[in-house]
Amino acid sequence: METLNYRFANGSRRIKPAPELVGVVSSGNLEVLIEDAPGSGACAIEIKTAARGFGAIWEAVMQDFFQRWQLADTRISINDMGATPAVVSLRLDQAVAAMTEGGQ
Amino acid sequence: MSTSYLEASARERILAVLDAGSFSELLPPAQRVVSPHLGQLDAPVSFDDGVIIGEGRLGGKAVMAAAQEGGFMGGAVGEVHGAKLVGLLQRAIRKQAAGVILLLETGGVRLHEANAGLIAVSEVMRAVLEARAAGIPVIVLVGGANGCFGGMGIVARCANTVIMSEEGRLAMSGPEVIETANGVEEFDSRDRALVWRTTGGKHRYLIGDCQTLVNDDTDAFRTAAIAALAQSGPTALSLAALEAEQDMLRRRIADFGQADDPMEIWAALGIVKPQAVPMLEAETFTAMTERHRIQGTA
Amino acid sequence: MQTAVNATQERQVDWRALAQQLFPQGHDITEQDHFLSGTARVDGATVAVVGTTGHTPIGIEIALAQAASILTTVREHPGRAIVILVDTQGQRLRHRDEMLGINSYMAHLGKCVELARRSGHRVVGLVYDQALSGGFITSGLIADACYALPDATIRVMGLPAMARITKVPEERLTELARSNPVFAPGPENYLRMGGVADIWTGDLAHALREALAEDRSADRRAIAGLERGGRKLAQRVIAAVAHDVPLS
Repeated sequence: METLNYRFANGSRRIKPAPELVGVVSSGNLEVLIEDAPGSGACAIEIKTAARGFGAIWEAVMQDFFQRWQLADTRISINDMGATPAVVSLRLDQAVAAMTEGGQ
Repeated sequence: MSTSYLEASARERILAVLDAGSFSELLPPAQRVVSPHLGQLDAPVSFDDGVIIGEGRLGGKAVMAAAQEGGFMGGAVGEVHGAKLVGLLQRAIRKQAAGVILLLETGGVRLHEANAGLIAVSEVMRAVLEARAAGIPVIVLVGGANGCFGGMGIVARCANTVIMSEEGRLAMSGPEVIETANGVEEFDSRDRALVWRTTGGKHRYLIGDCQTLVNDDTDAFRTAAIAALAQSGPTALSLAALEAEQDMLRRRIADFGQADDPMEIWAALGIVKPQAVPMLEAETFTAMTERHRIQGTA
Repeated sequence: MQTAVNATQERQVDWRALAQQLFPQGHDITEQDHFLSGTARVDGATVAVVGTTGHTPIGIEIALAQAASILTTVREHPGRAIVILVDTQGQRLRHRDEMLGINSYMAHLGKCVELARRSGHRVVGLVYDQALSGGFITSGLIADACYALPDATIRVMGLPAMARITKVPEERLTELARSNPVFAPGPENYLRMGGVADIWTGDLAHALREALAEDRSADRRAIAGLERGGRKLAQRVIAAVAHDVPLS
């Protein structure tokens, strides 16, 4: 397993207080836990992945994700079992959708 | 609009089966109660260790409910996963819940946690029987792709009611394990039709191991669970009920022990066109087989 | 413990020698097709004995036979304790057993043991030789308490098969099995994890007498696992869910 951490500052979109979970840790899939982290200022993402050596790809996907949503005061935790970048992006977007459904 | 139970995730199933908006999760993923053992095997963890547990309402009645996620480790039971189920059943007793609804999809003991998994499944078994002794009915739903196997296949038959879809399977050892141990002639694990004739919902319904057979639809499972909960009658074990079950199981061997294929059993039960059984929709199947099937005991 | 060595050089405990040690006051246990049943005298009282031998697989017939013995005891001998002697290679792996619903036969046996316990019968399990996988989950493991002899083999699965199914290299599992109670086979590990209540050495009759005298109606195995350090999380999770005890 490999653990990767990313932190993006200067976001502006807040999310609702109650955490959400999307996805399942099955082969080629991942779960994304997204939580409001008030006062942290940034969007912090921790990834635990079964697929080693893909740091550069993860970084690119996370950068894209942050550009898309500009989340602030958010903690995202991921357990990954070899999902493709497309599936990762999809789950991340689903997680954000779940957090902003309540209207924000 | 119908939703496939088979294709839904555990989270989706538990929300669909319980009354809308009533589910409140215990030890939710944000608490990160993960497996303490998977890391040393370099295997990924899941924030809920593959089982969602919580309180909710079913047909207005306060229940405890759990749903195993078949996608994570095949739904198999590890230390935390098992403890969540045991805790839930004990909580049901403390709170005098109207029932415990278990949405099971599992290969049984999680081999990655070996001894801890085996003991955990045994503890779940005791906890189910403990809940029943306290007057709390335990209702099991089986309809996921991985079926309900291993020690959990035993746990399912410790419950008061088993509800299955045709797609669901309920057994102890998987066909691959049997084929590996005793050869392809013993059990060809790639013969899907045989696998489902042997362990699938319709067969279990016919021989008396499943009380209700539903379509692969979360609404159908929900309706059946509500009906099961509404049933009155003793939930605890009794000598009379177990003697009746002993008799049923003894007769099952006497009547069907020589059959090579489950279809022979269906024919022996009096079903005129047994080969048509796999094609029938749940309601048609149930109506057609009502007077032929064995009425199982709990 | 007197053992026999069969043609494949596999060690087997002689159940008769065991019975002599457990029941010095006498017994009338008989064996039929690896199924043991009968009665014995312990401390001047009669106990029922049921079990298996010869590393036999547990199939539907033997599960049902064990259940029948237990139901007879409950029906005809109120208060009589039950001793379950466990030696099995696990559940029988046959299409026929699955077709006829071996999970139901196992569940039925477990329910009968539970009924006995709730009806005032002390039930004690002893793994005296092998206990593999699902073979003892509804007998020994559902008793008031399960005990083991020091040389007993208790495990979920052999390491080669486990390696195949988990896709974890066998060398890694072997390494872990040396030190980790979760993977290591053997009664000491099940003791540490709370699955086995005690390992019996020396005077077996005395150990049995003591076991039958203990009140173990509640399932304290998770608590034992926590106290002995083999399962540090189970009891805490149970308490958190059942009683809202905060998890530290």
